[in-house]
Amino acid sequence: MNEEELVEYFRAQVGKDPDMASAVAAIRTLLEFLKRDKGETILGLRESLTWATACLKGVDSSVAVSSGGELFLRFISLTSLEHQDLSRCKKVMEERGELFLEKISMSRNKVAKLCHTFIKDGAKILTHSYSRVVLRVLEKAAAEKKRFSVYVTESQPDAAGRQMAETLKKLNVPVTVVLDAAVGYVLEKVDLVIVGAEGVVESGGIINKIGTYQMALCSKAHNKPFYVVAESFKFVRLYPLNQQDVPDKFKVRRPFSLFDGFPSPHSDVLTGACFPSQYKADTLKSVKNLSEEHPIIDYTPPSLITLLFTDLGVLTPSAVSDELIKLYL
Amino acid sequence: MADSGVTDGFEKTDGIERAKSEGKELTKEEKQRLRKEKKQQKKNKEKKDDRASQESGREKQGVSSAASAPQPSAQSAAQKAPSAVPAPVPVAASEAPAPAPAPADKPAKSKAELKAERRARQDAERASKHGKKGDPGQPGAAGKPKAPTSELQPVVKRLPEHIQVDNPDVLKKLAKKLERQQTPGQNSAKKIPLRLDYGYKVSLFSHLHQYSRKAPLTQQLSIPSTVIHPAIVRLGLQYSQGIVAGSNARSVALLHAFRQVIRDYTTPPNEELSRDLVNRLKPYISFLNQCRPLSASMGNAIKYIKKEISNIPSQCKEEEAKSKLLHCIEWYIKEKIILAAKAIAESSIEKISDGDVILIYGCSSLVNHILCEAFEKSRKFRVIVVDSRPRLEGREALRRLVQRGISCTYVLISAVSYILPEVSKVFLGAHALLANGYVMSRVGTSQIALVAKAFNVPVLVCCETYKFCERVQTDSFVSNELDDPDDLIVTRNGRTQLENWQQEPSLGLLNLVYDVTPPDFVDLVITELGMIPCTSVPVVLRVKNVDQ
Repeated sequence: MNEEELVEYFRAQVGKDPDMASAVAAIRTLLEFLKRDKGETILGLRESLTWATACLKGVDSSVAVSSGGELFLRFISLTSLEHQDLSRCKKVMEERGELFLEKISMSRNKVAKLCHTFIKDGAKILTHSYSRVVLRVLEKAAAEKKRFSVYVTESQPDAAGRQMAETLKKLNVPVTVVLDAAVGYVLEKVDLVIVGAEGVVESGGIINKIGTYQMALCSKAHNKPFYVVAESFKFVRLYPLNQQDVPDKFKVRRPFSLFDGFPSPHSDVLTGACFPSQYKADTLKSVKNLSEEHPIIDYTPPSLITLLFTDLGVLTPSAVSDELIKLYL
Repeated sequence: MADSGVTDGFEKTDGIERAKSEGKELTKEEKQRLRKEKKQQKKNKEKKDDRASQESGREKQGVSSAASAPQPSAQSAAQKAPSAVPAPVPVAASEAPAPAPAPADKPAKSKAELKAERRARQDAERASKHGKKGDPGQPGAAGKPKAPTSELQPVVKRLPEHIQVDNPDVLKKLAKKLERQQTPGQNSAKKIPLRLDYGYKVSLFSHLHQYSRKAPLTQQLSIPSTVIHPAIVRLGLQYSQGIVAGSNARSVALLHAFRQVIRDYTTPPNEELSRDLVNRLKPYISFLNQCRPLSASMGNAIKYIKKEISNIPSQCKEEEAKSKLLHCIEWYIKEKIILAAKAIAESSIEKISDGDVILIYGCSSLVNHILCEAFEKSRKFRVIVVDSRPRLEGREALRRLVQRGISCTYVLISAVSYILPEVSKVFLGAHALLANGYVMSRVGTSQIALVAKAFNVPVLVCCETYKFCERVQTDSFVSNELDDPDDLIVTRNGRTQLENWQQEPSLGLLNLVYDVTPPDFVDLVITELGMIPCTSVPVVLRVKNVDQ
């Protein structure tokens, strides 16, 4: 399976199910790659999987794809591969890959089950941009016959918040779209803030759509709880000290569909084709002065986060490091 | 007064209680019986049936010796024993004497109550013993300051001796321990001397030792030889004079000295190497502790060596065992100190970007190593070295960095808030990392971390995992080190102001060595296992214990 086939399979996966996280699509692609691989040795297999992950990162350089790929690789090789026969080993790895995929497809439901109890009847919730996990949580809360209302930030430059509002209207949840600049204004009315995450870093902080850091700072100032909902495959081995320390490749992303004229899939925090002129295809490769590019994500430090809801349970930010050590070591 | 040879437990109890209550001396026979009774009581506690019957027995005794009730209660009141528990209990009961059992509900009597009664009985016995000897000190209760008075905590925790200097009992115990630690058959001239404190100690820190550098312990050692190996004597002198300073340097020097000790060691006849060598090391460790209190890293190294020695199988030949131990020590130094420093340097270099202004404090071998490595890898940065009196260790760091060609600035700690707006990162070394995430380091570190937090500058602590310790501390008072107060005296323009500080009764000089920094001020800890937040130290300790 060469690079074009890989990328095409990935795009097909994403296009097939717009509700699926891009990391899940990446993992499906890697599993397919593993099945079709004709390598002769385990080491060669591992190397080609690493190469495949790197290709996918070049297509969609989000945090989730890189973390998902690495976790997949670790999960499948975390078993004894002592069999003499390579095909048997491959079979074991494939089975574990399927198991991993199954586990993570259940993760959103697990998170929703944990989080909806924190939404009390009559609550006013503030959220940021478009997040499918938050959507699932709110769906579950609505299904439990809870009455709540939602404020969504518009989340420029791609106005993803509007899409979130549309989806929530279909659930019959009263929703208001507010400007990004009105977060401080609206915070005195809300009871809690729930956001999704693109990546959860080692310190317990999160990487999410630009504007999240501001929202966290304001909610800390207003003493409102700031909750994060994220699946466990988003845990990544980064440790940024401040905004500057986040690697540039995550800050400037392109929704890969625009350039090729595919229908825009929904990634976790970006919708597609609103402003194609701002996001060229290979922004990273072509733009010389990245400081003129506007960053699309920011880093929220753990001191501003109250709790993280993951499929591993409800964690405090300092417990994230513990979980990461268990996952990665 | 004494029962004659009756083996029944209930009768014994009665006889001894009566003896105590009458205030008479305990004869040898009764002491033996008391010991046997205690042992039996321990056994009985595990069997519920026996306990019930004993209770019923004691209840009978309590009622029968009602006449002696006022005397034991007076006696127990005279003793300052933690018998607050049994005291209110008999108040509720009718006229049972203080050591007698609880009120009506016998089966409801908890283990803790029984233990408290036993303790009260022990204290009564000790008090009568002290009365015999004429010892003025309080009974052993003072030696266990953490002995709980609540019923819910039967476990007695002991404080380490080196932070109970103001307690005369503990000092006596220490002196006795030093005497005991020499191998038997040597006369008293060869024992390890006790180092005396020097000068007036500030009252907040009176529980710590304060030694003078002009009176090292080695002066009190007799010549030609004592029970201490000469390599250890030399090491002790180097520690107390400050020739070997710094956490890593001290640990490595200690391990080298132990290597020499092991090379020169021969197993005496009829002894096993694994047990005898550990006993040999004990007086050395007490000696070194008196020269300069052991650091956390040294403590961990000693634990490791002791473990390795005791794991030597008994059928192993001496040469083989010795070479194995030497190999273990070399492995420890190589992996935990040298290779760890390399791994930490690699991780840290990722955090140093071009154009950075890095602030360091004092002289940490690890931080210096990191900066030199980063400079080799052509990172462009400059360094601000912060220094403080009386040690002025920053000058050594400055010398090392400038020699490599790194551009440096030098300030004293009083100017740190002036210089911080220029700084982009702060790198600190650590002496130890405590189990609750606090960082123990040279005094002044927590000040720098605090000011850096106020300026929103990230603070990175670099620490190898062998310096992680299971202690928990939230302030710098409980456990610290007091250096020689004479170091604070300085001569300027021919005048020495504090020369006669000892004559002033209200003047004390305080020369602290360490302080603790809370984890909120530290953004990142870089260890050889990776970059972890400060709160994950117990996770690392847990993983390490699982490995071992």
